[in-house]
Amino acid sequence: MKKDSLAQVFARAKSENRAALIGYMPAGFPTLEGSKELIRALIDGGVDIVEVGFAYSDPVMDGAIIQEAAEIALRNKTGAKEVLEVVSSVSVPSLVMSYWNPIERYGVKNFTEALASAGGVGVITPDLTIEESGDWIEETERNDLHRVYVVAPSTDDSRLAKVAGKCSGFVYAASLMGVTGARNSLSDNASELVARLRKVTDLPIAVGLGVSTAEQAASVAKFADGVIVGSAFIKLVLQAPDIAQACKSVTLLARELSEGVRQGRVG
Amino acid sequence: MERIELVGHFGPYGGRFVPEALIGALDELEAAHNSASKDPEFQRELNDLHKSYTGRPSIITEAKRFAEHAGNARILLKREDLNHTGSHKINNVLGQALLTKRMGKKRIIAETGAGQHGVASATAAALLGLECVVYMGEEDTKRQSLNVARMKLLGATVVPVTTGSRTLKDAINEAMRDWVTNVSTTHYLLGTVAGPHPFPTMVRDFHRIIGVEARQQVLEMTGRLPDAVLACVGGGSNAIGIFHPFIDDAGVRLIGFEAGGSGVESGKHAATIVGGTPGVLHGTRSYLLQDSDGQTIESHSISAGLDYPGVGPEHAYLHDIGRAEYRAITDDQAMHAFSLLSKSEGIIPAIETAHALAGALQVGNELGSGAILLINLSGRGDKDVQTAAQYFGIPL
Repeated sequence: MKKDSLAQVFARAKSENRAALIGYMPAGFPTLEGSKELIRALIDGGVDIVEVGFAYSDPVMDGAIIQEAAEIALRNKTGAKEVLEVVSSVSVPSLVMSYWNPIERYGVKNFTEALASAGGVGVITPDLTIEESGDWIEETERNDLHRVYVVAPSTDDSRLAKVAGKCSGFVYAASLMGVTGARNSLSDNASELVARLRKVTDLPIAVGLGVSTAEQAASVAKFADGVIVGSAFIKLVLQAPDIAQACKSVTLLARELSEGVRQGRVG
Repeated sequence: MERIELVGHFGPYGGRFVPEALIGALDELEAAHNSASKDPEFQRELNDLHKSYTGRPSIITEAKRFAEHAGNARILLKREDLNHTGSHKINNVLGQALLTKRMGKKRIIAETGAGQHGVASATAAALLGLECVVYMGEEDTKRQSLNVARMKLLGATVVPVTTGSRTLKDAINEAMRDWVTNVSTTHYLLGTVAGPHPFPTMVRDFHRIIGVEARQQVLEMTGRLPDAVLACVGGGSNAIGIFHPFIDDAGVRLIGFEAGGSGVESGKHAATIVGGTPGVLHGTRSYLLQDSDGQTIESHSISAGLDYPGVGPEHAYLHDIGRAEYRAITDDQAMHAFSLLSKSEGIIPAIETAHALAGALQVGNELGSGAILLINLSGRGDKDVQTAAQYFGIPL
């Protein structure tokens, strides 16, 4: 059975008057098989799109929770091969989220070809600037992969237009200035950033960083096309006594969040 | 030989590999540096500090007794160890601290390995009335406890970093996380010629004074240019500072000495150019120590200041085009030179610097008497007394 495209997922969410729910889980965390099961649990709970994390030794955009998950994945010797294996097991559209060096080391051409064969639909690159993208643009095009860059509240309007112009699939808007991880409250930065993005792009806009509860998901769903959640899931896995319990908790949270992204547009 | 310098790039190296959140701050910094370098008032302020605070120009000492072990080549030491705070690091720190004020920011953050850059940053912050937070790997806070105390005495907050290898690389990660969060109020005072553009260029420009002074001093002392300029290379700031003004002097060899740890073949080293491969780390493309998946490999060196798995992108470029040479010096070779300089000249060098001195013994013996070697004595060894005493079995 052919998976939906990203565009189909965002279109369906729009027709249902809701935001899409995007869940992040690193490959190889807490084990290679465990990460596949956790991703199935995310999807069971209603996650529409999956970000498969490629663990990296120096994750400067990540807070303590994802750093811990990355360390565990690296101890399990998770590399490109394992990341691609996890991608190929995912039943909804999946993107790889990776810092740049592991991709450069694998080879841009090799990585994009291998990801396309594994059934991945794109790559999110949090530390790749458009100026350094070089043959990344060409190779992702050639392999029909979406390129997702991450923009921030500090990104000015002219740069937003340039970066969004190189994105495809969707634009990742960081809700705040900072690293990944749950926050008690989200500022107005996210809605302002999305409003500025709307002026320069017709692509769907997904908001991430700091979202952990159904209430936050609902508030973000009011103005964004997608809500991205990562650390909140990982925290549950770190707290769970075993993988079965972890999967249950992850599904429960995904279900709550999935209700959240539906409530945002009501009334 | 052709040198092409695209803005922010050194051949294929350099650039910016950072979260988009930092681009605005890097642009602001680049603009501030460019305008300051053309502003006579800024230059006067910085030069006044060099003269009346740091104690510049630093002198050159000829090491005659040490030279007997170095093939009787003339050994000229550029005494950056005599700068206030004890190393070359103050040159860059004062420049960036003045830029911080120029940008209207009130808080600086810095990473440190050996503690020299942290101490220099804390010093500049005290002088200019800035808040200062220094990130330091927990492992390094133990190796360099004296410098931790110095930073605290100067009013800085020292944050021990407990992630990853708990050394300089992880301190940089943590400083970058702080910067992403607090970029509107905070300047990241990066201590070496690595990191995203404009840091490699800007930090080099602030350290060029070492080579500019030394070139003139050697000409006055000897009537000619040196045959070789030698420096230790971790991130590479003291080396690029002394190399850069000599790059167009084709007859002058530029030789950098990396930390070979237990030997490059042992895998336990920090010799990034000698034993590494090109890749991206901490916002720049350069040589680095990495595995086949692109994960950073932990570096090893007796010297905390050289214990870094990356190197400045301009060094990577100078290596590739053949303008500079890079060699690895083991812990044992460095400690031999450390002891030799201490006993033959009455100068206790930093262990970082001892790598360049071990290099001087090699190159002096290769070139023999008649050769003139200029060595950047980048730092003094007071901070290393504990490590050295332990190494030589001196009870404390």
